[in-house]
Amino acid sequence: MGVGIEVTNLNAWYGANHTLQDINLNIPANHATALIGPSGCGKSTFVRCLNRMHETNPIARVTGSVRIGDLDIYAEAKPVEIRRRVGMVFQRPNPFPTMSIYDNVAAGLKLNGYSNRRSLDEIVENSLKNSALWDEVKDDLKKKSGASLSGGQQQRLCIARALAVDPEVLLMDEPASTLDPVSTSKIEDLIFQLKVQYTIVIVTHNMQQAARVAEKTGFFLNGRMVEFDSTHKIFTNPSDKRTEDYITGRFG
Amino acid sequence: MPEFRARQIPSQPFETPAAQSSAVPAASSAPESSAVRRFLLARGNSALADRGFHWLMVLCALSIFGIVALILWQLLLRSQLSWHAFGFRFFYQSFTDPDSHRTMYWDPVNSLFSAVPFIYGTLVSSFLALLLAVPLAVGVAVFLTEMCPGALRGPLAFLTELLAAIPSVIYGFWGFFVLVPLLREHVNPLLIQWFGWTGLFNNDNPTGLGFLAAGVILAIMILPIISSLTREVMTAVPHSQREAVLALGATRWEMIRMGVLRNARIGIVGGIILGLGRALGETMAVTMVIGNTPEIHRSLLSNGSSMAAVIATQFTEAVGDMHLSALIELGLALFIVTIIVNALAQLLVWAVTRGAPAQTH
Repeated sequence: MGVGIEVTNLNAWYGANHTLQDINLNIPANHATALIGPSGCGKSTFVRCLNRMHETNPIARVTGSVRIGDLDIYAEAKPVEIRRRVGMVFQRPNPFPTMSIYDNVAAGLKLNGYSNRRSLDEIVENSLKNSALWDEVKDDLKKKSGASLSGGQQQRLCIARALAVDPEVLLMDEPASTLDPVSTSKIEDLIFQLKVQYTIVIVTHNMQQAARVAEKTGFFLNGRMVEFDSTHKIFTNPSDKRTEDYITGRFG
Repeated sequence: MPEFRARQIPSQPFETPAAQSSAVPAASSAPESSAVRRFLLARGNSALADRGFHWLMVLCALSIFGIVALILWQLLLRSQLSWHAFGFRFFYQSFTDPDSHRTMYWDPVNSLFSAVPFIYGTLVSSFLALLLAVPLAVGVAVFLTEMCPGALRGPLAFLTELLAAIPSVIYGFWGFFVLVPLLREHVNPLLIQWFGWTGLFNNDNPTGLGFLAAGVILAIMILPIISSLTREVMTAVPHSQREAVLALGATRWEMIRMGVLRNARIGIVGGIILGLGRALGETMAVTMVIGNTPEIHRSLLSNGSSMAAVIATQFTEAVGDMHLSALIELGLALFIVTIIVNALAQLLVWAVTRGAPAQTH
């Protein structure tokens, strides 16, 4: 089961650039939450703060608090522990090219020393089924490299890799932006199924996608969160003028 | 050409209205045929010059092949005598001295020659060098690409590359006056005491020269090439691979191992082989510290010789055509082996770095 995320007074910087300013929001457990906004508005930075990937850049800095479940991830834990509980799927599919499909999925577990062979096989199979890739790759799990798949398959492989460590939260940073429409709709179907088990936060440029997959939507602009509400309300009756201008295509 | 000057772009970036108005009539007063058009039409198509340039460049490129082919031809030609006398046995035969009944390989007085001790010396010193240099070089590369604070990266990388710029005779000097005494006084006694039982370290050479000294010098000399190539292929690994591993909850070392070294390993092997190529052919520094005796010993502390070293020391004082021919045949063998090793290395490095994004430091 997923857990909720509680963000309080989150501020983030890249060097002197104040990319996130006073973000406060509650992301509900076992739902999909979409973050929309024009390029450079801080939505990617925001999800990267949720698994402390933001700070892997040496000039980055964060203040404020993020609670995932009952854990304050900045005060009470090390980045390594957080990232085992919060999976992430990136904009560009990034499977490990030198590993087989099987090893790609098992990478997170092997990394952490999990070596029970039989249950590993089972986890790999389940993760690939959960990411709707199993039927396409089951015959050459150990024969083909992760890089030999198509772009859409690679992205689903990356989702399987993230799911294999059984995270509580799954962060997706524009997971379909480099994919064709068929692969995109597969990823969206997947999000629908996955939110039963995981809390999903998805950054997207595509407003129809947000409307299709998410119950909640947040609108970011210039490093601030302008509005956060149910997706229905954001897209039909937003309370902020700027949100309305953005979703009706007046800018961005 | 007054019309020409009138149409030149004004030197001020922002034209004043006055300058503009003075430029307008010049432009509009040449509707029939402007000076520029006439000039360009009269210029012709330069087809001849362009063809000439093309063939000149082809000639430059072909000259590389020509030089290599000429070297090979000369080596083949001048090693004929030795090749006809010994054939392929040159690379494995040995002789027995009629008086002392000892095995010997290289007897210029009786015109008996064998490449075995030199091949042995070249291989032993080169692989010893790899053994010492590879872990150090990869460590330097990992530190410089993944951990080094930005301010230190430039100077450290520069210093490592600088090691490659020192002439090898200087390494030879340093080896002879600093390294060899150091090994003789402090290192060798310990090696003999602790690892003497392996047979690799015998207490039978009081000079401190030998395979070990040659290996250490070579290790320092090939460190920069391995390290800089390793750095290059590591930088070529996309950032997204590092992020993928980090997002799975990896520590920094795990990230480097799984996300960087694993992806760069073919290129790193290429760098190592390129280092091997350098070590195989290195002449001056090795000559100065290896001892130069055409013998085979199991002990790394013994004197030996290498293919390059024996050519350098005996070429000018060869005692007859057969001696000279045997030395040239050694050179031929060295030439072929180093060309193959280097080609292989370049292919491996190229396999990793091609299509990589531009390096960002």
